[in-house]
Amino acid sequence: MTPLRVPPTGLRFENIDKRYGGLFALRHVSLAIAPGECVVLAGRNGSGKTTLLRIAAQLVKPTAGKLTFPGADAAPSINGRPGYVAHTTMVYDELTAEENLLLFAKLQNVEAPAARAEELLREVGLIDRRDSLVRTFSRGMRQRIAIARALIHRPSVLLFDEPATGLDPLGISWLAKTLGEVNRSGCTVVMSLHGESEISALATRAVQLDAGSIVADTRSGASLHSILTFGSA
Amino acid sequence: MSLLSNTLTLLGKELRTEFRSRELLTTTSVFILIVLVLFSFAVTPGTEEARQFAPGLLWLAILFASSLMFQSCFLREQTNDTLSSLRLAVSDPFSIFLAKLIANTLFLLLTELIMLPFFAIFYNIPLWSKLPVLFLVLLVGSLGISIAGTAISAISAQARMRELLLPLLLLPLLTPVLVVSSLVTGNLLDREPIVQWKGIAFLAVFDLVFLTALWLFGEYLLEE
Repeated sequence: MTPLRVPPTGLRFENIDKRYGGLFALRHVSLAIAPGECVVLAGRNGSGKTTLLRIAAQLVKPTAGKLTFPGADAAPSINGRPGYVAHTTMVYDELTAEENLLLFAKLQNVEAPAARAEELLREVGLIDRRDSLVRTFSRGMRQRIAIARALIHRPSVLLFDEPATGLDPLGISWLAKTLGEVNRSGCTVVMSLHGESEISALATRAVQLDAGSIVADTRSGASLHSILTFGSA
Repeated sequence: MSLLSNTLTLLGKELRTEFRSRELLTTTSVFILIVLVLFSFAVTPGTEEARQFAPGLLWLAILFASSLMFQSCFLREQTNDTLSSLRLAVSDPFSIFLAKLIANTLFLLLTELIMLPFFAIFYNIPLWSKLPVLFLVLLVGSLGISIAGTAISAISAQARMRELLLPLLLLPLLTPVLVVSSLVTGNLLDREPIVQWKGIAFLAVFDLVFLTALWLFGEYLLEE
C-alpha cells in the first residue's frame, strides 16, 4: 500500500451518547485512539459497535458528546475524512469496478483519479476485472472493491465494520494482509470484529462494548484474547 | 466550484446508470402513453371538450409518471448503502440533490418529448406553432415537479411505508404547479392561444423557492 503523504490522524470520542427514541445505542462513551493504532471493537450484536463506527465516519450525529480527529488539522482536508467500509459494499452494482473508483476519486478531488483508480485496482487484485459490472462480482471481489473505494482518497483513518463477514479463509488471509499494509503505511485502523482470526491478530488494542458502554479496553495480549473470544460468545 | 464539479460528476453517474438500465425511461414513457390513450377514449378528439380537458389530463399523466420516477430515486441508493458513500465523498450534500433533480428533470422532459406527438394525434390538437412556449411551460413545470419530488423522495426512502408516503406528501405539495401548469397549457392550446406569462412566472418562482429551501435544509433530509 502507498504510504500516507500526511501525518496520521487519531480519533477522540468524548462522552458520546446516541439515543434512538428512548433507546440508548451508546452511553457516555469516551475513547482516545492514537494515530497509527489498530483497534478492534468487540462485543455482542447490538452492543453499539456499528453506531460508534458510523459516528466516527460522521454518518450519524451523536445525541451528545464530541468527536475530534487529533492531528487532522495538519493534514489536507481530503485525508482528514475517514475511509469507511460497512456491511454493504457502498458501491454501485450498475457501474464497473473502474467507474466506481473513478466516481469516488473525482468526488473527493483526488489527484490523477484514473491513475489512482488503476493503482488501487492492481493492489486489490481486480485489474483484470476493471471493466466488469460490480453486480457480476463474487462476495470476496465485492469486499475488495469496497476496500478500494474506502482507500481511494488515501485516508488517514480507516473504519471497518465486520470485515470478515462472508469471506472464505483465502479472502480473510488477503484481507488481513491488506489491512496490515494499510496500517503499516501510517493509517489508523478501527474495526469491529466477532472472535479471533488472522485479522484480529493485527490489533494492537481491543475495546469491548456492552449495551452501548465500554466495559473493557486493553493493549495486552492475554486480555486482548479474552475480549475477542468474549465478543464471539 | 466543488459543488459544480461534484454535481456534474454525480449527474454523469445518474445518466450512465439510467441509460445502461433504461428502467425509468421505459416505465414512465409506457405509463404516460397508456394514460393518454385511455383518457383519449373519454373525449372526442378535436372538439372543444378535448381542448378543455386535454391539458389537465396531460399534466396529470406527467405527475403520475414522475411519481413512479421519484419512488426509486433515493431508494436505489439504499441497496448498497451508496447514499452513505456519497455523503462521505461530497463536500456539499446539496450536490447530491442537484444532480438527482437535474437528472429527473431531463428524464421527465425526454418522456414528455416522446409523448407530445402522441398527445397531438390522440386529442387532435395542433402543437407545432405553440412548441417554443409549450417547451418553456413543460420546462418550468417539470423542474418544479422534480425539485419537490426529489426532496420528498429523500424523505420517503427512509420511511417504512414509503410507497404510501411519497404520493401522500407529493400530491398536495404539487397542487399549485399542477393547477397553474394546466391553466397555462390550456390557454396556450386554445383556438385563440394566449401566453399567460404570469402563470409561467409563478412556476419559475415556485421552482426558485423550493430550490432555495432544498439548498438550505437538504442536508437534514439525508441524515440518518
